[in-house]
Amino acid sequence: MTELKLELKEKIIEQLNLEDVSVDDIADQDPLFGEGLGLDSIDALELIVMLDKDYGIKLADPKEGRKIFESVETMATYITENRSA
Amino acid sequence: MINDLFITGHCHIRDNTVFLNGAVVHEQKGTDFPTFAKSVYQKFGIDYSKFFKMDNLSKLAFLAADLLLKGNNSKEERNIALVLSNRTSSLDTDRRHQESITNKDSYFPSPAVFVYTLPNICMGEISIRHQLHSENAFFIFEKFNAEYLHTYAESLILDKKAEQVLCGWIDVDNEKYEAFLYVVGKSGTFTHSIAQITRLYQNK
Amino acid sequence: MGAGVAITGMGIISAIGDNVSENYKSLISGKIGIGKITQIDTVHKDEIMVGEIKDVNPSLEKRLKFHENQNSRTVLIGCIAAQEAVEQAGISDINDVRTGFISGTTVGGMDKSEQYFYDYFDRPDVRQHITGLHAGDSTKKIANHIGLKESFVTTISTACSSAANAIMLGARMIKSGQLDRVIVGGTDSLSKFTINGFKTLMILSDTYNTPFDDERKGLNLGEAAAYLVLESDAIVDKENKNVLGYLKGYGNANDAYHQTASSDHGDGAVLAMQKALEVAEMDPSEIDYVNAHGTATPNNDLSEGRALIRLFDGKVPEFSSTKAFTGHTLAAAGGVEAVYSILALQNDVIFPNLNYKTQMKEFDLSPVTEVKKKPLTTVLSNSFGFGGNCSTLIFSKAK
Repeated sequence: MTELKLELKEKIIEQLNLEDVSVDDIADQDPLFGEGLGLDSIDALELIVMLDKDYGIKLADPKEGRKIFESVETMATYITENRSA
Repeated sequence: MINDLFITGHCHIRDNTVFLNGAVVHEQKGTDFPTFAKSVYQKFGIDYSKFFKMDNLSKLAFLAADLLLKGNNSKEERNIALVLSNRTSSLDTDRRHQESITNKDSYFPSPAVFVYTLPNICMGEISIRHQLHSENAFFIFEKFNAEYLHTYAESLILDKKAEQVLCGWIDVDNEKYEAFLYVVGKSGTFTHSIAQITRLYQNK
Repeated sequence: MGAGVAITGMGIISAIGDNVSENYKSLISGKIGIGKITQIDTVHKDEIMVGEIKDVNPSLEKRLKFHENQNSRTVLIGCIAAQEAVEQAGISDINDVRTGFISGTTVGGMDKSEQYFYDYFDRPDVRQHITGLHAGDSTKKIANHIGLKESFVTTISTACSSAANAIMLGARMIKSGQLDRVIVGGTDSLSKFTINGFKTLMILSDTYNTPFDDERKGLNLGEAAAYLVLESDAIVDKENKNVLGYLKGYGNANDAYHQTASSDHGDGAVLAMQKALEVAEMDPSEIDYVNAHGTATPNNDLSEGRALIRLFDGKVPEFSSTKAFTGHTLAAAGGVEAVYSILALQNDVIFPNLNYKTQMKEFDLSPVTEVKKKPLTTVLSNSFGFGGNCSTLIFSKAK
């Protein structure tokens, strides 16, 4: 799980082009959207593609993403429970 | 037709060099466009993290617009219309999206790429940054068309649709890029005429 | 009241008809054009519905007497619609006065580029499609087809408000005396490019789109071309032209909120509608019917509905979205809906907002859901595009 969380942080920084943000800047429970990392709706869609591409998890409804992408912690939990890849 | 409109400022970005009102204000040779764009961003102390999510066309337009509109950054809404043009539309980013959907083994088109497959998105980025709710138009021409931009800007101001117009050319195609943006308003050194626009554009 | 610019011709091809009269018949008989995709082989074919023009390219080419496979579908449908508009305007010599052509497109020749992407190297016979990708190329080909020689031809690309902006620009050029006549509108064909792109944005419905419904699931992409002929009063008087309607007002504003999403309260939309009313010198209360943008995405319909409530101060006139018939035809949408607005005025009829069942929770607004006869004097039509580009056109009845 710790490894997965680190991996997710690296991917989020890389995929979402977060400039001048390092893995250490993101705590497991930090909110990803709004305050916190300030991600927006397009970033949420990118994360949905990432779930599909890297973990074989398909979301049909973007609204499902809201709970899953609350923080790195919630993402890691969801991926662990649902991953197929 | 009338002589009371002026070019209040102009900015040219090409060959890894930024010209502001004719003077070289930044240069960084030998790097690719994204690296160069970042150096401009840092040099002018811009603080806008969304910049790094933009495609090359939007980055280029954003930087040129920022240099021209900075210092004029009052919070109240300014009525600056945007009239931009280019030759290749959003082709540079279209190709990236196209590649992602033609790859059958790794079929994962990116929403963040797709949103930039329209040339007018760069005007949206400028509007968001400077909170401009003004009129926007984006034209596709074979080459820089001073005559057309001149007429359009003049009529927008004369018809009181805008107080100022940010006009110009913004083109990105693979490693080739060029931005030439200028602001038309009621004061400035250069008269707003086709000859003057052409001269400033060609001076590079 | 401002005089407005005379509309003397119109032409259209869409999923609900090959010409103006077929489109009208479909609109009043509730015949929708949405279905499974048949002409493009996409991995998404079972998950999406689209508004496809029935004719395949070879039949379009035959209709136009074109050689096979020289043009993109965007050009073919554009030529058909532009030709109808010019014919309807009774133009015998298109170069007899200063005539312009302004066309909106976003995909250009993308359909052919994706079809032949891997063939360009080996197959010289398909290389004509390389230059065909350029958005300006489709405009030039359509201009040639309708016989325009030395004239003002330009391409506008502001996403889904492209055609509306082309119409606005044309009207200004007539008003300022730069042109005597101008053919304005837009054309966009379906392509994998847009299907896949909108799919990643997760705003495509897997079933029939349901504008302004609480349960709406997203949009159906469509394809269409539609053009209007605008002429100066001098020409109309001199040639005693039949006027179909007037373009009274037009406005464009940027929402300055997000690359693709509309702001929560429709700031850009309100501004565009206000500007159009100013040009038309009208009060909101003079609008009889609103042909809404109404794409059936959760975001658009909420934002547009709120904008309507703001602009009309709660007293929103009768409104409907015709996208349940045609799908969202992107750059052509403003042209398609301009044609529908004029048809509404000519026939004193409001077209239904199909597939609507449940009112949205956020406000107390319901569209017109049945064909409704009603004397109409003024119609307002909205077109909003990605990049925050919001446009409004106001049409009025021919006197």
